Amino acid sequence: MKQEIFKDTWELIVGLEVHAELSTQTKLFCGCLNQFGNEPNTNVCPVCLGLPGSLPVVNETAVYFAMRLGRALHCSVNRSVFARKNYFYPDMPKDYQISQYDLPTNLEGYLELPSGEIIGIERAHIEEDTGKTTHIGTSGRISGADYSLVDYNRAGVPLIEIVSKPEIRTIEQAKAYVSELRGIILALEISDAKMEEGSIRVDANVSVREIGENDLRTRCEIKNVNSLKSLGRAIDYEANRHIGLYKNGESPRQETRHWDENAGRTRSGRSKEDAEDYRYFPEPDLVPLNPSEETITKIDQEMPELPSKRREKLANLTGVKPSDVALIVERNHDAFALNVIEDGGLPDQVVKHLVNNLSAGLGELTAEALAQLVQMENKSEITSTQAKKMLGELVQRGGTPAELATELGFEAIDTNEVENLVDQLINEHSDEWERFCSGDTKVQGFFVGQVMKATSGQADGKLINQILNERSTSK
Amino acid sequence: MSGMVPNQYQSASEIAELVSTGEISAIEILERHLNHIEEYEKDVHAFNLVTIDEARAAAEETDKLIAKGKKVGPLAGVPVAIKDNLCTKGIPTTASSKILEGWKPPYDATVVKKLKEAGATIVGKTNLDEFAMGSSTENSAFGPTRNPHDLSRVPGGSSGGSAAAVAAGFAPIAIGSDTGGSIRQPASLCGVVGVKPTYGGVSRYGLLAFASSLDQVGPFATSVKDAAIVHEVIGGYDPLDSTSIEQAPNSFLDVFDKDISKLKVGVISELMGGIDGITHEVIEQTNKAVSVLSDAGAQVEEVSLPAALYCLSAYYLIAPAEASSNLSRYDGVRYGLRIDGSNLNEMNVNTRTEGFGDEVKRRIMLGTYALSAGYYDAYYGKALKVRRLLAENFADLYRNYDVLLSPTSPCTAFKLGEKVSDPMTMYVNDVCTIPSNLVGHPAISIPFGKGQDGMPIGVQILAPPMKEPVMYQVAHTLETAAQ
Repeated sequence: MKQEIFKDTWELIVGLEVHAELSTQTKLFCGCLNQFGNEPNTNVCPVCLGLPGSLPVVNETAVYFAMRLGRALHCSVNRSVFARKNYFYPDMPKDYQISQYDLPTNLEGYLELPSGEIIGIERAHIEEDTGKTTHIGTSGRISGADYSLVDYNRAGVPLIEIVSKPEIRTIEQAKAYVSELRGIILALEISDAKMEEGSIRVDANVSVREIGENDLRTRCEIKNVNSLKSLGRAIDYEANRHIGLYKNGESPRQETRHWDENAGRTRSGRSKEDAEDYRYFPEPDLVPLNPSEETITKIDQEMPELPSKRREKLANLTGVKPSDVALIVERNHDAFALNVIEDGGLPDQVVKHLVNNLSAGLGELTAEALAQLVQMENKSEITSTQAKKMLGELVQRGGTPAELATELGFEAIDTNEVENLVDQLINEHSDEWERFCSGDTKVQGFFVGQVMKATSGQADGKLINQILNERSTSK
Repeated sequence: MSGMVPNQYQSASEIAELVSTGEISAIEILERHLNHIEEYEKDVHAFNLVTIDEARAAAEETDKLIAKGKKVGPLAGVPVAIKDNLCTKGIPTTASSKILEGWKPPYDATVVKKLKEAGATIVGKTNLDEFAMGSSTENSAFGPTRNPHDLSRVPGGSSGGSAAAVAAGFAPIAIGSDTGGSIRQPASLCGVVGVKPTYGGVSRYGLLAFASSLDQVGPFATSVKDAAIVHEVIGGYDPLDSTSIEQAPNSFLDVFDKDISKLKVGVISELMGGIDGITHEVIEQTNKAVSVLSDAGAQVEEVSLPAALYCLSAYYLIAPAEASSNLSRYDGVRYGLRIDGSNLNEMNVNTRTEGFGDEVKRRIMLGTYALSAGYYDAYYGKALKVRRLLAENFADLYRNYDVLLSPTSPCTAFKLGEKVSDPMTMYVNDVCTIPSNLVGHPAISIPFGKGQDGMPIGVQILAPPMKEPVMYQVAHTLETAAQ
């Protein structure tokens, strides 16, 4: 990987921990609904409430989902053992979280960014979510709260935690990593992957070091990052904070810090030094997961086309770089793009429209219509401004570009008509024409403007320029 | 019945037979037992709660079914006492701890559900050492249970209430849980039959966990046959317990009264004097059992189980480690006792300080320490190695022997208060029973003679996993000889 300079002589080191809620019907260890937005404490039972005597039973679908993600990230899927992570918190019904520790389901993989860069994946393990605590009182935080309410609907919802290696070197890579991971998760249909709603949560381990250093320096874990934009801002803030400390001859403490979106800064949480010892040990209420070779083969065979493959396919067909079609794939418009091209749309123009003019969605636009529109544009039957306007309408209400052009009066102006107009202008404005012919390009705009005015803007600018040039050279 | 300990127990199978044929009503059986409880329970304190109303309703329901000619289960009308660490829907379940004050489970443990379906009449919840931690039932927040054979002595533990209930004739059947000997040791001290089934053979769903990888639910009875019948009822695969065995045997009486002349029996030398603390009279009595089996034609030989020497140490790391995690949930947030504090942490601490007794706290501390960063490998990790080594030892022996034999308890029932101040002496009570828990194998304790103090002595038959039929077969031979 090429050396990236974050600032001055400093290199940025980021590792990301992404938690994704798996969209199974039921929770990880019981039959309660895995559903967002219900009345508090309605999707609960003795198991997810951790009532005395209750026992967990693993949801096979959740395990299957996790293994699919593992394979999509090129991980090895292994015999895995659930472990208890012990700590007291009221949103955790058993006061331990069932997770995986030294034997996770997925190990050692990688993720390829649209840029072609590779980020290593350390592990992707299964664990249960906690409940949700609301602190009632002026502070909104646990300290100083009058009382707290806990909703256990989320307790026991299956999560997969994907831990990257500390191989991310720029903010752009960090964002691209999350967005690519999201794309893979969506393609696998294993999670809603909505960052704003918390079905994907990102923690960033940030540190810096001098260019050329081999060892990693102290990292801080940044939590409470709710969008790609805040992820970028949080990493930027934290890295600069570290650099500032080092420049002052100080060092950051290893700790968990919370991103404060409004203040635009991270704040110290609890220090890792006085953090609890989680006393992990194998969960005795569950048996190890032993995926068979057949299961893994089946997962591989049923693997949908993932974003990187789709980008490659579209890039090969259109002749543009994979990174330039990343947005199309991210928006799930690549299948549509392939249809448009099959219907006769020129690849680079199709890509241009999908990237720049269709970010809000395709609406009623059909592949055939976009292909026709691109052809009309190519034949100069409509201008690019008109094409853009028509796209808006086609997305809104559908229809064919030909009919729409007529309706909007975007009938292409006949080349002869434009030629006549140009000739008429040359006669009427001989001074300006002389200046144009002697190379004063400033008056070119005057002629184009006059033709546009006469045609209510429907003439093709390129055509006008072409005629002007023809007339001046043949003079 | 006259006197607290009946001369002749009425067996569960006899009761079920009489009730299901309509010769006697379930309610009449129940009232007879309730009267006996009424008379002697104040001396014994076997129960935390006698569920008179629910029991009467259940017995009447059984009688109605019989009157209608409906088929009833194999325990029709049989009074059963349930250890108070098994969930009973709508009925307080305390684990003999203050920390669960006021809590009523919203569900029945699988075992309780199965007993009800088999027609049993649940008569109450029995006393135990708090959260099943102890060997004398003196660690109960509600006061100790006394041995019906001598009220100055302990009934053993932790299922002392269940053992005493059966010994006193309060119920022909009781259910207990056995983590390191908590069914077999009190059975031995109270002169009744007690069984720890194969790990995974009986569902743990609804059992308040002490040490999840060791806990197993099992029956107390007055005869081997009754124990096997109850085992058939409560055993079997339960999808709610992930450690439940799918192909567990469900019939334990097939070879029950067949002769044992083809069998090979190993006598564990380490538990016959090899390890200190096992009394001479207990060893002597176990040797008499050896003679009985030899006389019946079995080939009996002395064998060595070297890892037995380390079992007690391994157990007192593994069990507290798991307990420290299992008991975390009793934090005052959701159910049971809550002692307020000025903040969340203080509330947690106050609740647990007030709610847990000394032995529970001792084991939570032991376990927390054993799992701590930097100590895990030296303690918990090493204990797991002993466990693996022990499993290898047993596997080697079972290549040549059908069952193994040993004492159940190192001594007869001791006096209340005699060992309570010295945890180490108390822990040694489990030395013969712990190996079976560490490897998940079944074992049974059956009464076999008495000590000089007149108190019962038990011998233990150990069998390979899921080989309960041969275990019951050998136990039955000894039982017949003892009578």
